[in-house]
Amino acid sequence: MGVGTLDGEGGLVTTTIEQAVNWARKGSLWPLTFGLACCAIEMMAAVSARYDIDRYGAGVFRASPRQSDLMIVAGTVCRRMAPVIRKIYDQMPEPKYVIAMGSCATSGNIYNSYAVVQGVDRFVPVDIYVPGCPPTPEALFDGILKLQQKIMKQKVFIKSPILGATKV
Amino acid sequence: MTTETNPETNLKTVESPGEHPVAGVPVPNKALPLLRTEKLMLNMGPQHPSTHGVLKVVLELEGERIVKAIPVLGFLHRGVEKLAEDGTYHQFIPHTDRLDYVCAMYNNFAYVRAVEKLLDMKVPERAEYLRTIVAEVQRIIGHLFWLGTQALDIGAMTVFFYTFREREVLLDFFDDLCGARLTTTWYRIGGVENDISPKLIEHLYKFLENFSEKLDEYNALLETNRIWLARTKGIAVISAQDAISFGLSGPTLRGSGVDYDLRKYEPYGAYDKVQWDVPVGKNGDTYDRYWIRILEMKESAKIVKQCLDQLPQGPYMVEDPRVTLPPKDKVFTNLEHMIRQFKLFTQGFRTPPGEIYCGTEAHKGELGFYIVSDGSGKPYRLKIRAPSFIHMGAFDFMARGYMIADIVTIFGTYDIVMGECDR
Amino acid sequence: MHPNAEKIQAKFPDAFLSEKEWRGDLSVTVKKDAIVPICRCLHDDPGMDFDYIVHISSVDFPEDPERFEVVYEFYSIRRRERIRIKARVTEEDCAIDSVTGIWKGADFMEREVFDMMGIRFNHHPDHRRILLPDEYDEGYPLRKDFPLAGKGWRDTFEFITEGAHKKTT
Repeated sequence: MGVGTLDGEGGLVTTTIEQAVNWARKGSLWPLTFGLACCAIEMMAAVSARYDIDRYGAGVFRASPRQSDLMIVAGTVCRRMAPVIRKIYDQMPEPKYVIAMGSCATSGNIYNSYAVVQGVDRFVPVDIYVPGCPPTPEALFDGILKLQQKIMKQKVFIKSPILGATKV
Repeated sequence: MTTETNPETNLKTVESPGEHPVAGVPVPNKALPLLRTEKLMLNMGPQHPSTHGVLKVVLELEGERIVKAIPVLGFLHRGVEKLAEDGTYHQFIPHTDRLDYVCAMYNNFAYVRAVEKLLDMKVPERAEYLRTIVAEVQRIIGHLFWLGTQALDIGAMTVFFYTFREREVLLDFFDDLCGARLTTTWYRIGGVENDISPKLIEHLYKFLENFSEKLDEYNALLETNRIWLARTKGIAVISAQDAISFGLSGPTLRGSGVDYDLRKYEPYGAYDKVQWDVPVGKNGDTYDRYWIRILEMKESAKIVKQCLDQLPQGPYMVEDPRVTLPPKDKVFTNLEHMIRQFKLFTQGFRTPPGEIYCGTEAHKGELGFYIVSDGSGKPYRLKIRAPSFIHMGAFDFMARGYMIADIVTIFGTYDIVMGECDR
Repeated sequence: MHPNAEKIQAKFPDAFLSEKEWRGDLSVTVKKDAIVPICRCLHDDPGMDFDYIVHISSVDFPEDPERFEVVYEFYSIRRRERIRIKARVTEEDCAIDSVTGIWKGADFMEREVFDMMGIRFNHHPDHRRILLPDEYDEGYPLRKDFPLAGKGWRDTFEFITEGAHKKTT
């Protein structure tokens, strides 16, 4: 994107439509209110006054999956919860992104037991993994910024399957 | 189509024209009540913004009134009790953080107390004071969290930002103390992990200085707020007798007027060395519990202040070769110490065979650990008496007869955390 | 002997098996058939007055002839005393009478014991699994012969169809 000066004055921007669309997308990531366990508390702290997730355009937490773009899987994914997560993911409109927040959502963490799924990527494609137990709000913001970088690299008009996380 | 009012029942009846006016459905040719009623089953959760995690409730509704509310638990069942049997006693401390993740320090406290009771161990006095200070700070955090989220669920969003502001100040304290904000793992069997620095004591004093003003700030927002009053007064009422029968504890029980606080009646830590009171409610509704929590925060601030004033000098960890880790600098230079460190981490320490139950007054209620030991380095059976789980047992009883909009208040009144409830 | 244990022994000489006081905890082992009358007595007798139920738990001893132990913990709010009652059940007749008629809170606790250890409670008003789903059929996780990682349930996802996870933009 560049600010052009065709006639020596401002007010003109040259860009591709792809970049413009991606820029608009990354600036209004609406997350789903979806706390599973401990990480949800840090997600709430990220919303609150000190951290203010709104600075990244990701502060409009929606309670309905049909209005949200980003699912932050915050917490331990238990087997009993897995169908629900999958259903919610399927209900979200395209384009949709998933952040696996915390070790539990990434890999099951210390819960190597009969009831815990060893990572949410077993049944939902994950874009960004945020490590930590629980990750601090700063770490979550880092994940969101990484996701924004990823969105900027996306091809809007070419159909390309994105499987899981890609390197940013 | 004629309409007339029955003078006896004052109900309007419609004389049918023989055919339904809209859909063309034939209707019996007699005076009839137009409406048909049936009970409505409504699934609430597990994905719902105010279920405090992943709780699901199946509601049976008659209009807007709750006839029956069946909690469906287990969406966060992680098998912690089974995992406990697999690890050593030390290894279970991080698991306790994640039980009630809002209030990790208190879970640590409850667990290490239980193991110490099993080992029959006496903790140094300074450690007892440090534990009490940090536990009460955690109680303030827990109640602040409750106040913010309960107000948020009921519709007063401002309080959430205010309480989280103070919460962050206290989380900074935890961050400096042990390096983590939520999952702290600061308590150790036989003491605490590290000593408190003078800078942190200053931090706490500074916080306590104007904490009561901050509480007044929240109260100014809620105390006379008509919406808050209408949505908490007379909601989720339970009598003292029922509350005892259900095994409720903590502010939920004390709201009904039962004076039951383990800190007072089975004192541990430094609670018997400081002056404080147990606030007890009268009506047993959500509003009383709100006041109890506000007053408990004041009492906690009092306890922390007194403990900081009285804080004795001395070791913060017991000198017991069974459980104490050798000093770190010795581990790298001395073979004996290195072997001891290695053995403690790989095999754990052995406990005498037997069984104990140890209850601790966490900010939600009585958090108890029932440990059966067979003399090996791992717990043979570890049962967690989680207040949230037991409070959910009374949910159906307490929700019946209220409106559907009150259901979030009733969830919130217990201060339920699913990690502890489902384990 | 602790006075509370003496009272139980005096009232139920046939059902009383043993008592033990360790680390300040009194635990009384009784026969499982008499659990409801004993609990009724603990609750109603003014000299006992154990009106508060703390928890119901269970322990698995695979080598013992009576494999499972059901553990009840009660507290008296007025007298500020605790007592633990234990009863053994065998694997073949893995059932004990429910105490939900005495303490309302026993409802969820007994369901949890059933869910985790597989001990049935006779006359329980709502006898279902509580933490695991109703259709869970791998057994009872807290039994000692149950593997920690389960028997494969956690890795089965019937809801994923081939290629459905592909995402296009």
